[in-house]
Amino acid sequence: MRQRPLSPHLDIYRFAYTMATSIAHRATGLILTAGFAVLIYWLVAAASSADSYASAQQIVGSGPVKLLLVGWLLAFCYHLLNGIRHLNWDRVRGLERHEARRSARIVIIATVVLFLVLGARAFASGVLS
Amino acid sequence: MAEFRLPANSRINKDGKVHKAPAGSTNVRTFKVYRYDPDGGENPRIDTFEVDMDSCGPMVLDALIKIKNELDPSLTFRRSCREGICGSCAMNIDGTNTLACTKSCDEVKGEVKIYPLPHMPVVKDLVPDLTQFYAQYASVKPWLQSKTPAPPDRERLQAPDEQEKIDRPSACILCACCSTSCPSYWWNGDRYLGPAALLAAYRWIIDSRDDATGERLDALNDPFKLYRCHTIMNCTEACPKDLNPAKAIAEIKRMMVEREHL
Repeated sequence: MRQRPLSPHLDIYRFAYTMATSIAHRATGLILTAGFAVLIYWLVAAASSADSYASAQQIVGSGPVKLLLVGWLLAFCYHLLNGIRHLNWDRVRGLERHEARRSARIVIIATVVLFLVLGARAFASGVLS
Repeated sequence: MAEFRLPANSRINKDGKVHKAPAGSTNVRTFKVYRYDPDGGENPRIDTFEVDMDSCGPMVLDALIKIKNELDPSLTFRRSCREGICGSCAMNIDGTNTLACTKSCDEVKGEVKIYPLPHMPVVKDLVPDLTQFYAQYASVKPWLQSKTPAPPDRERLQAPDEQEKIDRPSACILCACCSTSCPSYWWNGDRYLGPAALLAAYRWIIDSRDDATGERLDALNDPFKLYRCHTIMNCTEACPKDLNPAKAIAEIKRMMVEREHL
């Protein structure tokens, strides 16, 4: 007998907030893992010597890395807030359809707000400017 | 590792057959339906059917039956009760899994796209092979396991609040809309039990008459069977009976933690 075809899935399923928030959580988690490598590099340099710290500062302070820092900040804000949403789910709270929809909206709005607040502070203090 | 692309034998041929509405029809809607003929040796295709809605019932199932009766008798799909209690006509309509008999055509804007339940082996057209889905259901032992003898003169009694707990989970009709909406089930359906089987497991775990709670939890304590659920919530969004498999799974996870650490 001919092998049965597999019915289509990703291509045809309506992309809803459920999948969007879940994929974004994974993606930001991966991005933050990569960001951790940079953070560790910076900390090791700071602990090693004044010279290595100075050269690390130059790399971390360069234009492209600053742009990445902005991205990491956004990823951090989302992953943190959606992580709290997941934590709440693990307590078996907020799992009704309307609650999950509402918390998705709250997380997205709060992410933008937190990102703007932290971003503005980083910019004002000279870290990103 | 998740395989995002369809296998070569499953990729869809876009240019299927087109069945025009009879001349003079005024209220025409277009249905794009997934077709697969196991005897033809060709890949699946999408057929286009124009249906005159003035002579058609309101539900998607009505349209499918009309298409089968009047346009193409070879169109194959499961259906039985036409009132959302048998779960036979579960399929993917307009991008979400639901029952064709309770989905109104008016809820869909534009062309009505109809596919079989996602990421399943297709027997023919809109009929998926549910063998594995049923085996997973059977694996949670969906029956009462009691170590105490039943009273000789009457049924095993439950208090109203105990019955209340299993009331909703018992309403599952095993249509498979939830499991086949779950990306985790798509990528790991061979080892992850999926929302439907886990909802059934939950229904027996919390049943006050059942004495096998510990054994049931033991059986689920597995990185794949239970813990591939990442609370995506597609299952609860898809359920045509308004049940909440995601919440049932979260309850099972909590019971796992509580019995080990509290």
